[in-house]
Amino acid sequence: MFGYYLELALCSLKRSPGLTALMVLAIGFGVAASMTTYSVFRAVSGDPIPWKSSQLFVPQIDMWGPTGRDATGEPPTALDYADAMALMRDHRAKLQSAMYPISPLVVPADAGKHPFNIDGHAVYSEFFPMLDVPFKYGGGWSAQDDAQRAPVAVISGQLNDKLFGGANSVGKMLNIEGADYRVVGVLNRWNPQPRFYDVVNTDSGGFVSDGEDVFVPFQRAVAVGMSTAGIDNCNESPKEAGFDGLVHSSCSWIAYMVELDDAAAVTRYRNYLDGYAGEQQRVGRFNWAPNNRLRDLPAWLDYLHVVPSDTKVSLLVALGLLLGCLVNTAGLLLAKFLRRSGEIGVRRALGAPRSALYAQFLTEAGVVGAAGGVLGLLLTGVGVACVKFVLPGDIATLARLDPSLLMLTLLMSVLVTLLSGLYPAFRAARVQPAWQLKSN
Amino acid sequence: MKLHPMISALRKHKAGVILIALQIAVTLAIVCNATFIIGQRIARVNRPTGLNESDLFLIQQRWADAPNGNDPASVEKLDAMQRDDLAVLRKLPEVASVTPVRALPLTNNGSYNGIYLKPDQQKATTEVAFYTGDEQILSTLGLRLIAGRAFTAADVRHVGFRSSEEPVAIIVSKAVADKLYPHGDALGKAIYLDIGTTPSTIIGIVERLQTPHVGGADGDVPAYNSLIEPLRRDYHRTQYAVRAKPGHEQAAMRAARKALFAADALRAVDDEDGIRTFSDIRARAYQGDIGMAVLMGVVCLILLGITALGIVGLTSFWVGQRQRQIGVRRALGARKQDILRYFQAENLIIAGGGAVLGIVLAISLNLWLITRYEMDRLPVTYVLVCLLAVLVLGQLAVLVPARRASNVPPVVATRNV
Repeated sequence: MFGYYLELALCSLKRSPGLTALMVLAIGFGVAASMTTYSVFRAVSGDPIPWKSSQLFVPQIDMWGPTGRDATGEPPTALDYADAMALMRDHRAKLQSAMYPISPLVVPADAGKHPFNIDGHAVYSEFFPMLDVPFKYGGGWSAQDDAQRAPVAVISGQLNDKLFGGANSVGKMLNIEGADYRVVGVLNRWNPQPRFYDVVNTDSGGFVSDGEDVFVPFQRAVAVGMSTAGIDNCNESPKEAGFDGLVHSSCSWIAYMVELDDAAAVTRYRNYLDGYAGEQQRVGRFNWAPNNRLRDLPAWLDYLHVVPSDTKVSLLVALGLLLGCLVNTAGLLLAKFLRRSGEIGVRRALGAPRSALYAQFLTEAGVVGAAGGVLGLLLTGVGVACVKFVLPGDIATLARLDPSLLMLTLLMSVLVTLLSGLYPAFRAARVQPAWQLKSN
Repeated sequence: MKLHPMISALRKHKAGVILIALQIAVTLAIVCNATFIIGQRIARVNRPTGLNESDLFLIQQRWADAPNGNDPASVEKLDAMQRDDLAVLRKLPEVASVTPVRALPLTNNGSYNGIYLKPDQQKATTEVAFYTGDEQILSTLGLRLIAGRAFTAADVRHVGFRSSEEPVAIIVSKAVADKLYPHGDALGKAIYLDIGTTPSTIIGIVERLQTPHVGGADGDVPAYNSLIEPLRRDYHRTQYAVRAKPGHEQAAMRAARKALFAADALRAVDDEDGIRTFSDIRARAYQGDIGMAVLMGVVCLILLGITALGIVGLTSFWVGQRQRQIGVRRALGARKQDILRYFQAENLIIAGGGAVLGIVLAISLNLWLITRYEMDRLPVTYVLVCLLAVLVLGQLAVLVPARRASNVPPVVATRNV
């Protein structure tokens, strides 16, 4: 029977090409606009590390007290040096790492080339297993290297290509800021969006189109005076000058992340943080009650408003457009179906049950939906291509056309059209055969 | 034009009427909010920075062999290197003036702090963006001085990157002057740049200087709350704002790059971002806003187009259904004009009903966006203009099928088919 309904549907659609074209256009544009904005939304709001995000936590300690709090009463979004080091020393989580962004100069071995800037982070050895960072060659460094402030580095595949022609460069030397570092690992392509491990210090709210090029041990970077390339917020000015002053101050500039595998571990760590802050209060360093936070990664990203509100608003407006197209299509389908009341009357008089009519008209709606979906696919492709002219570069490159998006487009358009066809099909099925069979 | 027969005729086609009204409601709601967003973004993008933006470019460089700036001796060395750079740039024939800066408007990179009227205040009077520069800053950036004087070479000091400094003289923007001293007598007054420091005197007021951050991102500092210190900050990274002689911008940029590397090859100036014109900075800063406005515009156009065509389609269908009724009216003496007016009036009623619902939807959508996404309240003018636009659109759309209806000959009334 489905083949027959398909035939009927195609016949009917051919009979009124204008209306059909209008419906297909409406569904096509509505779905394309929604899918384009959704592709951007999905890219920026997706979980960057879905298999682990509920086990990664960001601790916050209030090291400024009431004078440093704003109206919300929240503690600073980064740690200061003293507290970050204390947390690392106590090592209460399964894995943890303090980190800060660096932007060191690489001096190429070739004297003719100019030095160039690269971006990276100073991290601890547990950073790599904690975040499941993918390696192409070699691996991270050891806790021993951390303690000894060894001059080692993990570099990105891109930097590896640029300096070593893409070969296995583990063991080779690299000149960073005038000192030689030994490469211990080369990363595979790794650029999580957003840069969830250090959103606070990342421009454009966490989305950067290029991945980081270098990772060096935290204590090594501090010892050689590699200054932070990120933000720093100070409640009071550092007493000394320069990077040393920052390190000895209570300014917040260090990001921190821990891995806690189950609820018990989370509770233990929370208690530890409160205990630590309480201890600081007892020795007189803090004059206020503990005001700590421990958010898991999704909550943290939400707290920092990582998804730009523009993305959400444009998705909503596009969905509004889709709603308008749905209503529009419903009206046109109603017109189409009721125009054939005579035909419906004949079918009913010949014994077709209402369900058969539903089937027929929903098939017709489905065909319109499928055609609209195909148009929608083309337009979504155009839309996603145009997104780079319309959105800030770093976010635009994230909007990608992939099979799941295309499937979703087709599915959406068929579903939306079926939905809009429900009421018209209902009205059509209710047509009284007797009235239609009278001559007029 | 009697309303009663029109309404009872419409009652026969309840579904269609409701659908058109609903369509108009949804369209109005979306278009109102979308055009408001467009208006807001355009207003944002058109904000003047207060700078003379032509022939202005920014150089960002860092030295490979610079001292770390952690102690006074290395700060002096860094300052000598920076002064050398400034001298080299100022000697170039294509360059009019140069100033060392740590931030510029629209670069989304800067520092902010509270300022105080009294030394023992607990809470800052207001938050401002801190700019630094030497005696050429006003002429390089093209800022308009409305009171007082510019910095002289004697005012300019130098400090390390993160050192707190207490300049004797500062220049503020008019917005800050008005906030601190609403009676307009800010010139010559002293303010405190941090708790428990020595006061700084306002020696000059510029008309306008926008903060570095575009999106109100940094603690919601008002957009024109800025302050300039006569300071050279010494660090292994430096930034120079350069004003080229009119018409020589590109030549100046090329010459600057060459001259800097000639003076000291051990530095990095990024190939793409190392030297940027201010118009490039502006374009990049507002890319998101312009994009959002374009997206909203496209959505509006699509929605209006589809609604118009939908009205055409549905009304054509009705005309087809009511051929007999129209024929009877014509036979009874209605002119073509009357039929046309009838359908237009009918459309106006439906559209009117839909518009009322649409206004309610528009305002509720706006209120929801305000609470969730930091939007502003939709002004009544936008609602009225969009309402008018949608009604006019509906009327134009119904013209085509109404014309067809008016051409129905009276003889149709006598036919039986």
